[in-house]
Amino acid sequence: MNAAAGGGPPGVVEYVTSHHAEILSWLWSHTWLSVVPVLIGLVVSLPLGYLAARHRWVYPPLVTVGGLLYTIPSLALFVVMPSILGTRILDPVNVVVALSVYTVALLARVVADALGAVPEDVAQAATAMGYTSPQRLLKVDLPLAVPVITAGLRVAVVANVSLVAIAGTIGVPELGQLFTNGFQLSSDGPYYPPIVVGVVLCVALALVLDLVVVVVDRALTPWLRKGART
Amino acid sequence: MITFESVTKRYPGGTVAVDQLDLEAPTGKTTVLVGPSGCGKTTSLRMINRMIEPTSGRVLIDGADTSAVSPARLRRGIGYVIQHSGLLPHRTVVDNIATVPLLLGVDRRTARARSLELLERVGLPQEMAKRYPAQLSGGQQQRVGVARALAADPPVMLMDEPFSAVDPVVREQLQNEFLRLQSDLGKTIVFVTHDIDEAVKLGDQIAVMRVGGTLAQVAGPSELLARPVDAFVAGFVGRDRGYRALGFTTVPSSVPVEREETVRLGESLTTARDRLAHGWVLVVDAEDRPQGWLSEHSVRSARDDLVTPDALNLGGTLATVRGSLRELLDAALSSPSGRGVVTDGQGHLLGTISPAAAVRLIEEHGSTAADAAGRGETA
Ligand SMILES: Nc1ncnc2c1ncn2[C@@H]1O[C@H](COP(=O)(O)OP(=O)(O)OP(=O)(O)O)[C@@H](O)[C@H]1O
Ligand SMILES: [Mg+2]
Repeated sequence: MNAAAGGGPPGVVEYVTSHHAEILSWLWSHTWLSVVPVLIGLVVSLPLGYLAARHRWVYPPLVTVGGLLYTIPSLALFVVMPSILGTRILDPVNVVVALSVYTVALLARVVADALGAVPEDVAQAATAMGYTSPQRLLKVDLPLAVPVITAGLRVAVVANVSLVAIAGTIGVPELGQLFTNGFQLSSDGPYYPPIVVGVVLCVALALVLDLVVVVVDRALTPWLRKGART
Repeated sequence: MITFESVTKRYPGGTVAVDQLDLEAPTGKTTVLVGPSGCGKTTSLRMINRMIEPTSGRVLIDGADTSAVSPARLRRGIGYVIQHSGLLPHRTVVDNIATVPLLLGVDRRTARARSLELLERVGLPQEMAKRYPAQLSGGQQQRVGVARALAADPPVMLMDEPFSAVDPVVREQLQNEFLRLQSDLGKTIVFVTHDIDEAVKLGDQIAVMRVGGTLAQVAGPSELLARPVDAFVAGFVGRDRGYRALGFTTVPSSVPVEREETVRLGESLTTARDRLAHGWVLVVDAEDRPQGWLSEHSVRSARDDLVTPDALNLGGTLATVRGSLRELLDAALSSPSGRGVVTDGQGHLLGTISPAAAVRLIEEHGSTAADAAGRGETA
């Protein structure tokens, strides 16, 4: 294989040029495999967090179960998923579901804390003005919880980018494949280009997704920055 | 009218916060609930809008049982103001004020127009409309809180220590504006405070509560100061209540003022020196409005040739013929010259009065406390 390129082993540039189609498709699947679980996790965490904020007895089990879920190694979860879901081992659905579980484990508690942190006088005043409970949740509690929830989302989205890469080791096509390739091509001595490309793209993807969350947060919370400079 | 009918609130855990309360808050008047910390004022107030449900008894508004309407609907018809404004931090001032009208289904444009009107009504400039609550001072936030409570023009207002978290100067301003607004609007108000001075100033009727949630006395402010029913109320209304009671008697238009020689701002110091009486001369502006006192010392040591504002002693308070005997006596006692300045309603000088003459006037026109003492009713 090296001989085909003539001379020494190909560098990063050659590696990228000869594999760009593959790399792009891995980048794309890596992106949606990271983002979709965060969205699913958020949708599931909102009602769970709400329940925990509203009924105090829900909170301790939620925190404990969330913590336990997070200690399950992701690889184990990817491998177990097919037998739980009845899917094929390489089905990306396994990754989506497993990462959604992690996201819920992280975010449900964040949502509960955020909803519980609405200042008492604001909550009282809102009730006294005649908001019904659902109205208060949607128009007061949730908007005020946004900064805390988005902080949780930033952690979740970045964690997911790195967790998705692990799924590459079991053959799911995404940027993790680059590490597997790099490992396989290193049998005659270290061969770094795919690993370098993989690391750079993972970090870049994490930064971009993090930025997206920050932009959304800023758009939803104009009062925080205006309020700061009186 | 708001009516408490033997209302009791027992919290889980056994604390009886309010015990068999019977009370009427008359329509269009301000009823103040006052009493030591923990006596059940907030609990009583919140049972009116059902933020707290009574354990037993009923609360009626204009004869209708409040438990017959849904809490949210009931509350939209009751303005509510609390100590730390409770403004929604994520909404601009104008949207905060529009909250209840929007909940009631008023369209956004109308609700905003009304908000801007109210902003002005509570003495805030329209530029503040687009600010967020965190961009306002504490006093401004309280004003917005009052505007918000008024937005849907509710007949009933509940206010829980609305002015107690601001500094004394702002508090006094807010109290005065409360009085001005209330004389325009005539809402049925229940106002909670633990400050007896505030109660006396703002209340048409004052209900003094004692710890355990029972009523000690319900009376108008002058009656309360003059005739506390027992030692608890007497202790609560305080030591200088005789002096405070003077606040309820108006200075008669026949107040015996002495003519006072004055000097105008901008006149020469020589003129000022000629008009000194017992070491002081009163300085007025071109329209005869008192500006301050000039002492013999500053007349002699001044470097200018003319009377300028910065040489004035601003120590004394002013009394007006429409004001109270309390202000009159205070003007006499606080004046650096020992002569209290009295003005007409427009701020023009009428003359001065000595503390002795002020006291004679009080004796003639009677303070309520002395009256009550005369009738053998003291604490
Ligand atoms: N949610 C609650 N659970 C149990 N006890 C309570 C609760 N709220 C108030 N209490 C008790 O009820 C009593 C009356 O409380 P309340 O808040 O009505 O007093 P207050 O007159 O408003 O006092 P303050 O002037 O300090 O505001 C107090 O003894 C208080 O500890
Ligand atoms: Mg209270």
